[in-house]
Amino acid sequence: MTSRVSPIRQVLLYAALALFSVLFLYPFIVEVVTSFKTDSDAVNHPLSVIPNPFSMATWQAIFGAGSSSLPFPTWIKNSVLVAGVVTVARVFLDSLAGYALSRLRFKGRGFVFAAVLAVMSVPGVALLVPKFLMVNYLGIFDTYTAMILPLVVDAAGVFIMKQFFDSVPISIEEAARMDGASIFRTFWSVVLPMAKPALITLTILSFQGSWNEFTHFLVVTRGTPEHQTLVTGLASLTSGQLGSGTQYPLKLGAALLTTIPVAVLFFALQRYFIRGANDGGVKG
Amino acid sequence: MLADASIAVTTRSTPPPPPRRRFRGGGGLRGHEGAAGWLFITPMVVILLVFLVIPIFMALWVSLTSWNGSVNPFSGGPGAEFVGVKNYTALFAQDGLTRSNFMQSISNTFWYVLFVVPLQTVLALGLALLVSNKLLKAKGFFRTTFYFPSVTSSIAISTVFLFLFSNSGAVNAFLKLFGIDGPQWFSDSRGLVHLLFNAVGVDNPAWGAHDILGRSLWDWLSGPSVAMCVIIILVVWTTSGTFMLMFIAALQDVPVDVEEAAALDGTSGWQQLRYVTVPMIKPAIFLVLTLGLIGTWQVFDQIYVMGKGAPSGTTLSPAYLSYQQSFGNFKYGSGAAMAFVVFLIIVVLTRMQRYVLTDKDERRSFRSIFQLGRRKGASS
Repeated sequence: MTSRVSPIRQVLLYAALALFSVLFLYPFIVEVVTSFKTDSDAVNHPLSVIPNPFSMATWQAIFGAGSSSLPFPTWIKNSVLVAGVVTVARVFLDSLAGYALSRLRFKGRGFVFAAVLAVMSVPGVALLVPKFLMVNYLGIFDTYTAMILPLVVDAAGVFIMKQFFDSVPISIEEAARMDGASIFRTFWSVVLPMAKPALITLTILSFQGSWNEFTHFLVVTRGTPEHQTLVTGLASLTSGQLGSGTQYPLKLGAALLTTIPVAVLFFALQRYFIRGANDGGVKG
Repeated sequence: MLADASIAVTTRSTPPPPPRRRFRGGGGLRGHEGAAGWLFITPMVVILLVFLVIPIFMALWVSLTSWNGSVNPFSGGPGAEFVGVKNYTALFAQDGLTRSNFMQSISNTFWYVLFVVPLQTVLALGLALLVSNKLLKAKGFFRTTFYFPSVTSSIAISTVFLFLFSNSGAVNAFLKLFGIDGPQWFSDSRGLVHLLFNAVGVDNPAWGAHDILGRSLWDWLSGPSVAMCVIIILVVWTTSGTFMLMFIAALQDVPVDVEEAAALDGTSGWQQLRYVTVPMIKPAIFLVLTLGLIGTWQVFDQIYVMGKGAPSGTTLSPAYLSYQQSFGNFKYGSGAAMAFVVFLIIVVLTRMQRYVLTDKDERRSFRSIFQLGRRKGASS
């Protein structure tokens, strides 16, 4: 860069960034604002970012005993349950496997790792019918087991953990092992505490993935509210299966509710998200 | 367990204990690792085998049957007869609804990929260049803003875009400010390329009647429908943030002195981008293109929410069609066959990309390009 900074270039730079920022933020602003609008206000003044009149009807319908018969409490409960269990299980099992593949010497390790890489490259679209077949075969169709169990391990997460352990010096663990700690004890008490950054990244990816998961739940459940999550419930609401008419404020309120947990996590732990995105890139 | 951790830490920080139990030799430190290793990976192996590897083979079998979902798919009896490759030939060689739907979905997705991949790559690179600008303050704010759509639920975002592009939505209201009557986005099945042809007075010409796989050349050339354009805009908007991060990481690795040398040589901003920056981040560009190709061929969620193929099947994707054929029409064999064809398309495209990528690693020079040309010529 030249030492003199042209003010025109600087203005252009900020103008371009401002324009893109508006384009990227506007849909979320609409999402928030419209959830406080009335149905007619939403349709008649789509550009206005001030609800007139200000209405809490959407949020009463979602959380209160409002006029809506939509099973929001069940959806929320299912989302929290499934995402919670999947995240905890996945972080534990992925790091166990990642550690073994990185550190422990056993027969067949190279083959297993190659298989993990191969599995990782299978596109999800090819798995819709297969997943249904197996879940059906095991007799667990339309159960929490079918929703949770297939998601508790993911090859990409194992890969991320293996990469991480590969980058950590082995000396500390060896010291612990010399002192007589068992392999699992060493893993649990010495290795995992050191792996905190990678664990946080994996936790975020797992929570975000299972909270936003759609196609898996679509094919392993019947689609009745009993086993619907916020995401699958919202999809049936939006695609008109619940005969709800337009009702934009309600739909956008539900969309906002679906977005909030991941958004909070995102703003609190941005740098780990960004790290995760780049780790994910390496796998491709 | 927390107590365990602290004990372990204090043990390490105290002076080394007298050598009492040192594991050495055959049954020593490495001796237990075989068993422990397998124990550690067992959950992963079981889950991936049961819910991923075996199901794929089950589905391969089902794709060779006429399973309708009501009986045991592996019985071979009525409702699950073995039909050989019939489900596959029905997609390519047999005139009928299945083929015409499938070919339409392939055509739709081809256009979709052709628009989304270049647009998201260019937008992501543009945003990365803007955010990486040395003169910029508040880099973090802009990076966060552009990346945020990538982490949110595709279903939630699709819901918002349905509202934005509805007839009474913000987009058409905005266009009206400039006196433009926006289209009825989600019910407009006209293809973009058709609209261009129409603009110069060409509509369904004689040369367009030529039949390719049960679909006229004119139909293949339709371009994405107006409805599909909304999905294109949505997907470009949501994915470019992730790819921007990859470009930012790549741009950080471009040595400053190379840029400075170029600047001293009096290159313009555009020349510097074209001849210095882009060549140096080529691996990242190929990565983004590959991931883009893999992702776009699988488009499903947005289709499901935004019309399920409507209007007139112009937003059908093979992924959605496979789902509909299986779980809507209970033709699981046919649906599985479609999924495997998409799988194959993705594998072939990725392989092609990888081929280009490895070439890149050989440090491409004019000579190696020349040799590549000769090699290709020799093999054909």
